[in-house]
Amino acid sequence: MGKRTICFKNKPRISGTFTVAGPKEGSGDLGKYFDRVIFDDKFGENTFEKAERKMLSSAVTGAINAAKLTVCDVDAFISGDLLNQIISSSFVAREFDFPFIGVYNACSTLTEAFSLAATLTDGGYMRNVVVGTVSHFSTAERQYRYPLELGSTRPPQSQWTVTGSGAAVVTNEGDGPKIVAATFGKVVDFGVIDANNMGAAMAPAAADTLNRLFHETATSPDDYDLILTGDLGALGSRLLKKLSFDNGYDLSKNHSDCGEMIFNIDEEDYQGGSGAGCSAIVFNSYIYEKLRKKQINRMILLATGALLSTVSSQQGESIPCIAHAVVLES
Amino acid sequence: MNGEVYEYKNTAYLEYVKKVSPKTNESRSIIDAFFVGGLICTIGQFIRFLLNFTFGLYGDELAGTTSVILIFIGCFLTGLGVYDRIGHYAGGGSIVPITGFANSVCSPAMEFSSEGYVYGMAAKMFVVAGPIIVFGVSASVTVGLIYYIAGLFLA
Amino acid sequence: MWEVVLTYIKAFVVGGAICSLAQILINTTKLTAGKILVIFMLGGVFLQAVGLYGYIVDFAGAGATVPISGFGYLLAEGAIKGAQAGLFGAITGGLSSASAGVTAAVVFSFLAALVFKPKSKLN
Repeated sequence: MGKRTICFKNKPRISGTFTVAGPKEGSGDLGKYFDRVIFDDKFGENTFEKAERKMLSSAVTGAINAAKLTVCDVDAFISGDLLNQIISSSFVAREFDFPFIGVYNACSTLTEAFSLAATLTDGGYMRNVVVGTVSHFSTAERQYRYPLELGSTRPPQSQWTVTGSGAAVVTNEGDGPKIVAATFGKVVDFGVIDANNMGAAMAPAAADTLNRLFHETATSPDDYDLILTGDLGALGSRLLKKLSFDNGYDLSKNHSDCGEMIFNIDEEDYQGGSGAGCSAIVFNSYIYEKLRKKQINRMILLATGALLSTVSSQQGESIPCIAHAVVLES
Repeated sequence: MNGEVYEYKNTAYLEYVKKVSPKTNESRSIIDAFFVGGLICTIGQFIRFLLNFTFGLYGDELAGTTSVILIFIGCFLTGLGVYDRIGHYAGGGSIVPITGFANSVCSPAMEFSSEGYVYGMAAKMFVVAGPIIVFGVSASVTVGLIYYIAGLFLA
Repeated sequence: MWEVVLTYIKAFVVGGAICSLAQILINTTKLTAGKILVIFMLGGVFLQAVGLYGYIVDFAGAGATVPISGFGYLLAEGAIKGAQAGLFGAITGGLSSASAGVTAAVVFSFLAALVFKPKSKLN
């Protein structure tokens, strides 16, 4: 349709989802919508990394069951996570007998995976594709920041990595909400260096992708019931609204952010949740239900990712960011 | 793409981000740091008093033993998962005392023991506190050499 | 009696003042914990090298020795004392006087890593 937007002719559907959330997420406002809440964030394993794998693995199995399929029906598994060399996804894929397509775009992995899955199924190359992402606070924290027990203060602009995993089955037959279009993001860097201020780094990328999406599909924010961003947090959402307003689009009426929704508001000193699991568990549970019940008819899911590593931020580089969008209809 | 380095920077945006970013509650955090830091030092003073009173320690031995006990307390609280709570509340008040040094050695040791005792726990133990030893030893050698050379000239 | 109470008050105030100075640095410069510790330790080394930190220790006791700047003071003081004995002392003096702290940190951390596992964090 446009340069960066694909409109799917056959409208692939999301026929089943499953979410696993950690204890902190489970006690948040959306707690009751998650399919499974674990109360021990080691999930009975002896390391946090293994717990992360187990969460993704149960989300994948759960999603396949929810779509009323068996493992034999799955043609491919597209997945990513935040750990180095996406080990969680790869190790989970080891357990299953279907092809694995590993993707990484930090926290925007979910929509990247959805776009790819929709493309594969829409083209008729595959029938059922499982999409899954996972993140775990304790593994991300030690990879990106400090040891868990180190008594350092978190700056007020920081976000909290979500412990959780969400998986969904994208299919070219069956029922469920439709994926009608996808806009691939480009890497945008406005020069934010502070790795604690992800929201500010990612907002320009989100604004850029939204701008392209509205432009190339000739729509405006009013055409959607909901514009759901991944994990910009409170500060990042504010910046996105400002940037989009400057582009001529007013998001203030129907914009929400998964990161802002996931935790209780009273934890006011942080900006909200982040991580590959954040948009995955919010979208695949609460929002997916609303789409199914037709309480939302048309929405944009826009997950944003900060493509930094510990090495790049220690070397003082700014944070390149990306955002991929998918348009969903009930 | 002609070899020039393009700088990724949007100054107007960065200015705006700076304007809307939330600020730490400065006076509150300074007062918290003052009280917690002061309290840890008072506990140190009490340990000094006890050691002096019961074992008759004094001088370097007294100071050394006091640090050892405080480091033990720091490691123990870290092990129990309490110290990072204090750090969350007190910031500088829990980082700067010697218990904070103990916390910065102990927390990576605990964290990385899942990667084995040699390459995990032992190798990563000084991941946060290593610079203190490196710069401390270098600075003390510098001071020692300056004093030694100055001593040669003055003698 | 008053003298005893006064030593505690002095330790509290001086120790608290050093820590709040660190907090001011954190607030204004966004330095991380590791850098703050290094700066304060070097501050202690420098102050003792010019012969000042010893006075603060005499005045405030644990208020000056418990913060990490007291560790720097120990290093510098050891090096200065060692320098009087000779070149070898000048080089080894610092770490040998600070050896109690380093040894304790290593041993207790080792033990803690054997006994404890990191806890899940909820906020």
